[in-house]
Amino acid sequence: MSIWVCIFIMALVTYLIRMLPLVLIRRKIENRFLRSFLYYLPYITLSAMTFPAILTETTYIWSGAAALIVAVLLSLRKKSLITVALAASATVLVVEGVTNYIVNGAFF
Amino acid sequence: MLSRKNAFIKGLHDGIPIGLGYFAVAIAIGIAAHRAGMSIVQAGVMSFTNVTSAGEAAAVGLLAAGTTYLEMALTQLVINIRYLLMSCALSQKFPADMPLIHRFCVSFGVTDEIFAITAAKTGAVSPFYCYGAFAVAIPGWTIGTLVGAWVGSILPTAVVTALGVSLYGMFAAIVVPPAKENHVIAGSALAAMAMSFLLTVLPVLKNLSSGFRIIIVTVLVSAAAAFFFPLKDEDGKERST
Repeated sequence: MSIWVCIFIMALVTYLIRMLPLVLIRRKIENRFLRSFLYYLPYITLSAMTFPAILTETTYIWSGAAALIVAVLLSLRKKSLITVALAASATVLVVEGVTNYIVNGAFF
Repeated sequence: MLSRKNAFIKGLHDGIPIGLGYFAVAIAIGIAAHRAGMSIVQAGVMSFTNVTSAGEAAAVGLLAAGTTYLEMALTQLVINIRYLLMSCALSQKFPADMPLIHRFCVSFGVTDEIFAITAAKTGAVSPFYCYGAFAVAIPGWTIGTLVGAWVGSILPTAVVTALGVSLYGMFAAIVVPPAKENHVIAGSALAAMAMSFLLTVLPVLKNLSSGFRIIIVTVLVSAAAAFFFPLKDEDGKERST
């Protein structure tokens, strides 16, 4: 396993996905199932990637859970991508700091 | 259509908020890449050549867990397959007589955000508009990754853990607003999370790598959503994510 080979494979696959339709297809996609499948796909992929992974990325399960709740609440209020991203991080920092303080008597 | 120069300048302008957002999010990618064993240069080259947050985040996760070239290729294919639809939509946005070389070049930077600003323009779009947006967005993404990989080793663990979660926050910000308007998206997102959770706890199935778990959930839930709730004729045909 070479990291350089991995990067090359990633870049190649990703470029082909982006390039082939732009170069080959100039007509609008008419197939209803395919159009619907591709329409729903990004939301489903991102959801599957987020949960339950967010719970295990953090030191404690509840700090990840709190970050997810905060991110969803802010997203419901249509806050920008960067605001939501940073608020999720801040939540983890605060929740883990408080937990550490209760358990060890020190924030970090 | 604008002249090449004006189109490029307009693209630069519209690309600024994208570049700034990318810079911040890419820091988390850089940190994760460095932790997964990539050098600073490798992290930077990955971002410059891939320009995809979800794809790179998944790749870094796979590298950290140990993976194969085939698994890496399939994961990129599935995670980034949404670009296929975006590129299809964009193929309609450029002039029919546009030289083929521009189609090859524009393809390089089809991200969710670049797609969004390009698809949102009315009428034919000059490829130079996209090049203008690339000129801000791609350096923002690459430099953010380099900075993340570079300071990631200096930052306290608590801060690194916290920043790593920012990507999931970004995903929520992409999924939740349309889910609020569309109950099928909301239901699919919840079903995807439930299924993803089950596949991490059920016996035998929990041994699947995270890449294949995401592939299985994505294909099954998307197919179910498309089968039971097909889009109406013009609904969301150029919906950005």
